[in-house]
Amino acid sequence: MLYRETGQFKTSYRRDQAIFPIVQDRWCVALVLVAAYGIVPALANEYWLQAVLIPFLVYALAAIGLNLLTGYTGQLSLGTGGFMAVGAYAAYKLTTAAPDLNIVIVFLFAGLMAAAVGLVFGLPSLRIKGLYLAVATLAAQFFLIWLFNRVAWFYNYNPSGTITAPPRTLLGIMVTGPEATAVVRYLMVLSFVVVFALIAKNLVRSEIGRTWMAIRDMDVAAEIIGIRPLTTKLSAFAVSSFYCGVAGALMLFIYLGSVETLAFDITVSFEVLFMVIIGGLGSILGSIVGAAFITILPIFLTNAPHLVGLEMPVDLAKELEAIVFGGFIIAFLILEPSGLARLWQIGKEKLRRWPFPY
Amino acid sequence: MGFFDTWFITPFSEILTAPIFFFEVVLGGLMAGVMYSMVALGFVLIFKASGVFNFSQGIMVLFAALTLVGQLERGVPLWAALPITIAVMVALAYGIERLVLRPLVNQEPLTLLMATIGLTFFLEGLGEFMWGSNVKRLDLGIPDDSFEFAGMLLNSFELFAALTAAVLVALLAVLSQKTAIGRALRAVADDHQAATAVGIPLQTIWVTVWSVAGLVALVAGIMWGSKSGVQFSLSLIALKALPVLILGGITSIPGAIVGGLIIGVGEKIGEVYWGPAFGGAIENWFAYVLAMVVLFFRPHGLFGEEIIERV
Repeated sequence: MLYRETGQFKTSYRRDQAIFPIVQDRWCVALVLVAAYGIVPALANEYWLQAVLIPFLVYALAAIGLNLLTGYTGQLSLGTGGFMAVGAYAAYKLTTAAPDLNIVIVFLFAGLMAAAVGLVFGLPSLRIKGLYLAVATLAAQFFLIWLFNRVAWFYNYNPSGTITAPPRTLLGIMVTGPEATAVVRYLMVLSFVVVFALIAKNLVRSEIGRTWMAIRDMDVAAEIIGIRPLTTKLSAFAVSSFYCGVAGALMLFIYLGSVETLAFDITVSFEVLFMVIIGGLGSILGSIVGAAFITILPIFLTNAPHLVGLEMPVDLAKELEAIVFGGFIIAFLILEPSGLARLWQIGKEKLRRWPFPY
Repeated sequence: MGFFDTWFITPFSEILTAPIFFFEVVLGGLMAGVMYSMVALGFVLIFKASGVFNFSQGIMVLFAALTLVGQLERGVPLWAALPITIAVMVALAYGIERLVLRPLVNQEPLTLLMATIGLTFFLEGLGEFMWGSNVKRLDLGIPDDSFEFAGMLLNSFELFAALTAAVLVALLAVLSQKTAIGRALRAVADDHQAATAVGIPLQTIWVTVWSVAGLVALVAGIMWGSKSGVQFSLSLIALKALPVLILGGITSIPGAIVGGLIIGVGEKIGEVYWGPAFGGAIENWFAYVLAMVVLFFRPHGLFGEEIIERV
């Protein structure tokens, strides 16, 4: 009774094309936003914000980006970490060269730089597909990381080779650097995720998103009905890398504060891919839920032994954690190969019919 | 002119002035390439038979080597430890087939790829849990010293590794071309449904293939392990096997060998002669870029099957 579209008549085209056509969905989104902006900052402590929520949101943004490429356009990429590194280093270079520039513009510029790099490494996708493409994107991952390690210009010739986010203000409030409070940084990254998730949602239901999905479902057929593979695939690479670039910049400025290239190595690419697959390919909501799952699972596994009163040496706990994590992933893929978004879909169907069985 | 020099003049003049050193570099590359090929072989075997891109091949190499070394460290003699390790790898193949592959039959290739990455975490944890995570030395008494041959400096260990790889490849070729199991393997690789229709048990074939891949991993693990110690970084050579794989074509055993040799030689020549132009340490990404360039011209690798798409 609670959740059904019966009786919600759409009397105009505008209503018919709304992002959330069902009233209950709109309420749900509004509630989540109110909770995220109002309740969470008031309740959560420093640890929760810094160790759980901020990384979750940063990864969610990267996962949305990868989902646009892999889930919506069908191009498998393992270069996410490399593109995030481009974003981080671009933001760092720009803001140290022009300290007065608004930090939001810096982040957007970082995204644009990553998009340009993504365009270059997206070129092979016109010739090669599937797993071959995945390995070709690994070239991006390794080459970019090597480049940022090797060329001292990227880290301003500082001897340690790390880049550190300088303190910057937005509207008079300190948002980056060591003096920014966790709450402010949380709100900043939350705003980015909300805005970009909304943009992504709109992208995939507009013309460009439909051409992406046509290419994903069958590129030869799409080409025959007049979709250009060149512009479609490259635009997907550019937009996806833009998202990853912004996520990388946020990772440096909001989450970690100071990074080496190690923070963007191949494991990051795999993690983001996990989020996309566990969350559900071709679903914006799925990317966010998947990011939550993958960031929280290791934290839960690390703390689980303490909760039940078991004490064990650190290295043993780490090994057990890897075993359980791997087992979880496999079990999850077996139980629900289409991801968490599919579970949500099934739940919605059930709610619609409730309390009747069919 | 400095740029032009370091890129186009100096490397070639170096090659021409010291041809013997150049041959040494090429030979060194070939030896390294043989090692890559051995890891890539495991990938190809599994991909051909079950269509799974087995990302955990690298960790299987580490796992096999760890199991062997762990037993040796506890005083088990080699003649007993080797069969036990083989048995462990076969049991692992059986377990993977039962618990991972069978429930995931008919899923997307991407889902299967992810499952093998999950398997990677699992095996990594399990291997270290059972045998500890410190670096171990593996010494099987293979001589490791250099000698001169026709003016070139050669390493007996690398020669031994190359010979082992050659024997392994010959055995695999005999297995796949001359035996009933080999025929069944090729039939499954060709067409799953047709193979089951003529009465080939798919599950048995999968267990066999994963076991064979496990054994190949064991040989690779012994080779790499005695060269650079058994440690976690061993699993990273799997990432090096990927460009080898796509360069040769995922579905081709000769491709894995030739691809490995090309990558090995290319990497060494690139590092020695063009490395200074880039500022060194280009081995990390050179193989990938090389593979990517080849893919531009041959999208299915050098020996891979051309996939014909129909609407």
